[in-house]
Amino acid sequence: MWSRIISRLLTSLVVAWASVTATFLALHALPGRIQDILAGDVEYPGLREAIAAEWGLDQSLPMQYFEFLSRILRGDFGTSYVLRQPVIEVVGSQLLPTVELALTAGVLAIVIAGLIALLTAGRGRLSRELASFVELVFASTPVFWLGILLLMAFSFNLRWFPVSGAEGWSSLVLPAITLALPTAGLLTQVLREAMEKTLDQPFVTTVRSRGVGEFIIRWRHVLRHALLPAVTLGGWLIGGLLGGAVITEKVFGRPGLGTVTLGAVLTHDVPVVLTVVLLAAFIHVAASTVLDILYVLIDPRLRAQ
Amino acid sequence: MTAPSHRAFDTAVPLDVPEDLAGFETPHPSATIGGPRRVRLGLILSGVFVAFLIAASIAPSLFTHFDPLVGDFSEGLKPPGWAHLFGTDRLGRDVFARTVFGTRYSLLIGFGGVAVGLGAGIVLGIIAGQRNRILDEAVSRLFDMLSSFPGVLLAMLIVTFLGQGMLNIAIAVGIAGIPKFGRVVRAQTQLIRDADYVTQAAIYGLSRWQVFIRHVLPNVLVAIPIIATVYIGSTILIVSGLSFLGLGPQPPTPEWGVMLAESRDVLRVAWWPGVFPGLAITATVIAFSVIGNHLQQRFEGRLA
Repeated sequence: MWSRIISRLLTSLVVAWASVTATFLALHALPGRIQDILAGDVEYPGLREAIAAEWGLDQSLPMQYFEFLSRILRGDFGTSYVLRQPVIEVVGSQLLPTVELALTAGVLAIVIAGLIALLTAGRGRLSRELASFVELVFASTPVFWLGILLLMAFSFNLRWFPVSGAEGWSSLVLPAITLALPTAGLLTQVLREAMEKTLDQPFVTTVRSRGVGEFIIRWRHVLRHALLPAVTLGGWLIGGLLGGAVITEKVFGRPGLGTVTLGAVLTHDVPVVLTVVLLAAFIHVAASTVLDILYVLIDPRLRAQ
Repeated sequence: MTAPSHRAFDTAVPLDVPEDLAGFETPHPSATIGGPRRVRLGLILSGVFVAFLIAASIAPSLFTHFDPLVGDFSEGLKPPGWAHLFGTDRLGRDVFARTVFGTRYSLLIGFGGVAVGLGAGIVLGIIAGQRNRILDEAVSRLFDMLSSFPGVLLAMLIVTFLGQGMLNIAIAVGIAGIPKFGRVVRAQTQLIRDADYVTQAAIYGLSRWQVFIRHVLPNVLVAIPIIATVYIGSTILIVSGLSFLGLGPQPPTPEWGVMLAESRDVLRVAWWPGVFPGLAITATVIAFSVIGNHLQQRFEGRLA
C-alpha cells in the first residue's frame, strides 16, 4: 500500500514540475522578446528594464529556469505590470469569492447527483429514461446560458435574488445553482451507471435475501460501493468548477478570480493569467492526489495488495 | 463550461487500479435512453438536425431573407411572431437570421478545435501506444500535465499569448483537448497492436514497420471520425463559453456565444435574444452527442 501511495505522490510532483516547466518553455518559445510578452499592452519608461531585472533575463536560459522554479517554490509569481502590484496579492485578494462559489456549487452538484442516482438507479424504464434525458440536457447546456435563464426567471421576473454582486448568501444562490447543474449532469451519469452495475453484484442479492429494506441497501451498501469510481472524477470536478466559475462570475457580475483573469487576458497581463492557470493546475493535482490516496485507503481490496 | 469530454473513451485510471474495480464505463447519457427503438427515434431527430445545421452553415440565406448584420432600428426588440420568428434584438436585427448565420461559426471553430487537438493527439497517441515503455511514460505524463490545467483557463492563457479571434480560440481549445484525444488514440493503438491479426502478420514475417503501416495505422485511423463526432459537442460547448467571454469572434459577428453576451443588456425587457441562441447551442451539442455515441457503440466491436 505504501509503495502505491509514495509512487502516486512522486507522480504528482513530476506532473506539477512539468506544468511549471511547460509554462516556462511556452513563454520562451513564443515569438518576440520576453520583455514585450510580459509587458503586454503596458508602456512606461523603465518598464522593460525592470522586467529584465526581475526575471533575470540577462542570464543564461538554464539559470533563468532555475530562478523561475525557485521563485515559484517561494510563492513569488512576479508582478502585474498593468496593476503594478505583486501578482500574488492581486490573485489572493480575489480568491475568496471564487472559492466560496466553487465549493458551494461542488457540494450542491454532489448532493444532487447522489440523490438522483439513489432514486433512479435500477428503477423502472420510465424513471431511468427520464433521468438520462435530464442528464443529457444538463451535460449539454452551457453554464452561461443556464445563468442567463435563471437570471431572467428569478431575478428579473420573480425578483427573489439580486441581479449581481457578492454580498450575503442570496447573491450566491443563483451562481451556485448555475455552476452546479451542468456538473451534476455529468456526475449523475457516472454515479448512476456505477450504482446500476453494483446493484447486479452478488453481494447485493445476499444483503437483499437477508430482508434488508431497499433504501438501506442503496444507501449503506450500493452507494458506498458506487462512490469509488466516482471519486476518481474528483480532479476533473475541481478543474471544471474552477473553469466554470470564471464564466459564471461574468454572467452574474460577481467579483472574483474570473473577473481578474478575464481582465488580465484582455489587457495581455501575462503574469496574472499565468499565475491563475498555474494555481489552478496545482489545486487540481493536489486534489486528485489526495483523492487517489483516499481511494487506496477506502478500498480494502487495494490496501491488501 | 469545461464539459469533461464524454468520458467513454477515457482510459485514465489512477494508481493502476485493477480493471474490474475501475472498469465502470461511463457512456454519455444518450447511450442509455430507452430501448433500441427509442434510440433510433432520437438518432433520426439528431441526424435531421445536424443535416439542417450543415445546410445552414453552407447556405444560411436559404433559411431566412433577413440580413444578420443590418437591422431596422424602428423594429427593435420585437417579440417573436410571424414577421420575426425569434423576435428582434436591440438594433432591430432578426434573431432567427442571426442564429441561422451563427451556425457556421460554431461548427467551424468546433471542428477546427477538434482538428487541432486530434491532429496532435493522433501523433502523440500513436507514439505512446508503441511497445516502448519510456516513450509511453513520457507522453502519458505530458497528457497528465496538460490535463492538470482546467480546459477553460488553459484556453484563456493561450488566447492571452495569441490574441483574440476565431482561429486562435480554435487553436486554444484544440491544445486544451490534446490529452483527451491523445489518450483515446493511445488506447486504440494498444488494442490494435495486441490484436491477434497483428500478431499473425508479425508471424508471417512482416517487419515491424510493415506491420505498423499496413495493419496498425489504418485500423487506428478508422476510429478517428467517430472520435471526432463524440467530442465535437463538448468542444462546441467550450468554444461558446470562450466566445461569451469575448475571446473569440467580436460583435457584430452573429456567433451564438457573442449573441448571448449581447443579450445580457436587454434581459430585463426582452427574453428572446437570451433564449434562442442558447437553445441552438444545447440542441447542437445534444444532437452531436447522440450521433457520436451511437457510432461509438456500433463500431466498438469492430474497432477494439
